[in-house]
Amino acid sequence: MSALKTERLLNLVICLLSTRQFLAKEQIRAAVPQYADCASDEAFDRMFERDKEEVREMGIPLETGSNSAWFEDEVGYRVDRAAYALPEVAFEPDELAVLSLASRVWQQATLAGPASRALLKLKATGVEPDDSAIAGVEPRVGTSEPAFAGLYAAVRDRRPVTFPYRAGRTGDVVDRRLEPWGIVSWHGRWYVVGHDRDRKATRVFRLSRVEGPVHAVGRPGEVVVPAGVDIRREVAVLAWDQPRGEATLYVRPGAGVCLRRRATRESPGKAPGDWDEVVVGFSDPESLAAEIAGYGPDVVAATPDTVRDAVVRRLTAVLTAAS
Amino acid sequence: MSNPGAATERLSRLLAMVPYLVTRQGIPLAEAAREFGITEEELVKDLELLFVCGTPGHMPDDLIDAEWDDGHVYLRNADTIARPLRLGIDEALALIVGLRALSEVPGVHDRDALERTMAKLEAAAGDAALTSAQVSVEVEGEAEVLAAARLALADSRRLHLTYFVPTRDETTERDVDPMRVVLMDGRWYLEGWCHRAEAVRLFRLDRVEAVKVLEVDAEVPPEATERDLDLGLFVPSPGDQQVVLELDPAAHWIADYYPIDSVEDLPDGRLLVALRAADTRWLRTLVLRQAGAARVLEPDDLRRAVHERAGAALAAYA
Repeated sequence: MSALKTERLLNLVICLLSTRQFLAKEQIRAAVPQYADCASDEAFDRMFERDKEEVREMGIPLETGSNSAWFEDEVGYRVDRAAYALPEVAFEPDELAVLSLASRVWQQATLAGPASRALLKLKATGVEPDDSAIAGVEPRVGTSEPAFAGLYAAVRDRRPVTFPYRAGRTGDVVDRRLEPWGIVSWHGRWYVVGHDRDRKATRVFRLSRVEGPVHAVGRPGEVVVPAGVDIRREVAVLAWDQPRGEATLYVRPGAGVCLRRRATRESPGKAPGDWDEVVVGFSDPESLAAEIAGYGPDVVAATPDTVRDAVVRRLTAVLTAAS
Repeated sequence: MSNPGAATERLSRLLAMVPYLVTRQGIPLAEAAREFGITEEELVKDLELLFVCGTPGHMPDDLIDAEWDDGHVYLRNADTIARPLRLGIDEALALIVGLRALSEVPGVHDRDALERTMAKLEAAAGDAALTSAQVSVEVEGEAEVLAAARLALADSRRLHLTYFVPTRDETTERDVDPMRVVLMDGRWYLEGWCHRAEAVRLFRLDRVEAVKVLEVDAEVPPEATERDLDLGLFVPSPGDQQVVLELDPAAHWIADYYPIDSVEDLPDGRLLVALRAADTRWLRTLVLRQAGAARVLEPDDLRRAVHERAGAALAAYA
């Protein structure tokens, strides 16, 4: 039952915080009432070892040491109070407002919980935020990609990972092995950047294309992030789909506003039937073809053939599926 | 045990709760529960647990003293854990990365407050701050529109927008009384009272073709409420039309991306998805883009519209 365990761990933490001396295991057993229920010494030992580990994993600085220089084998435990407590930092009301906005950047999922807990700790001075300072602007970022939690943890703990990844062009799913350096939200999408162990080069992966569980394959701390690496720049360079070509489209007057907004050239009335000729750059013919198909009869792909053929194939598929 | 991390998770909450409550003696139960993102019942359970914990000895004087009978929380005799546990890596990182994102919002914010806050936060976080360089949230934006929206918000003025509506493939003119500016999934939105729609609307800033701050005071009606963005951007209303789609695996993302009412597994990895929409023109475009991987089953006029437009489009290539 987890309430009993929480109670036991809380008493353990209070007990180890309230002592300046190192406490021997037997003293702790006597001081924390929940340990009294242990049926045997072995059961207590096992439970205490586990509890110690979990308390440390929470970030509580549980120290091991000895009170006497002559009897070093008498190992005891305590929590270093100075290392335990949040340093005394007094935030002003407008600063707390900024922090509370910063905590709301994280929507749901992985980092929203830690963000709001951190905020509560910082508010423990009793000061209330003054929200008027920065009201009205709210950047928020989602972490809905299932791979986020695993890759974030790998980046944080500097552990190599493997994951099944779907390639953008071919659609094939292949296991990739990566030493992750950082994780970046860019244009609303999450990317992980690092050293690809198979390609032996820096690579960027889009989290939404990770098709299965992320497995850590090494020890924490094993990944070394090269000095001076700028993870944002890496993502911006490697994730950006450079335009590979230009497509000429015929667009019905008044329609295709999205296409016109990014056109490199627009010639009103130059296309057959007094339609407008619009030239746009593209990197992936399939995704441009999908966009053109979405406009139905209002946009026609003229050149190149790759785009034109893709539009015809896609529209034919829609027609077949709808019949 | 239900969940291996449940006990430590709760302990983390308790260790954060005690310092918070100690400095706010008499805080209403409801307010404290809201701050911790739990129900009042859960908060009372937490207080009951604290009540039986304390320094070794466990005589009544050693125990934490918690009272909440009159709906207000009083917490005493908790000196050992009255200071919060220092920030963990996830906690420090979440706030630092969030702050950095804030400070990069183009042309906005009180720089001074942001810099003061960052300096103090890094001091408070210590080593836990080190990992934060490995996580980054890129915030870009339409600087000009953002600046106008911010100005209108600060001075409570009305905005005039020339706004592109892709679902109708047309540009519209409208007056909007701004309520807030939000960044969601990498895009900036202005939420405000639209005088044309006479309702609260979200406007994507990258679709604003022109913006002007008017010499008119904004008057957001009292009934206008901000949308709960945790529910996502698209919130169907009960009066909307029901749409049923069949999705092949290549189009499954639609079920994740848009709010749907129900989803049902069909053979061969297909999904049957029901959703609601006020205006089905965007769905027509969406289905036309899927190369047959998404099919409309209902309503009939939408199904026919997709068929007709695909046929008419193909005629141009014949």
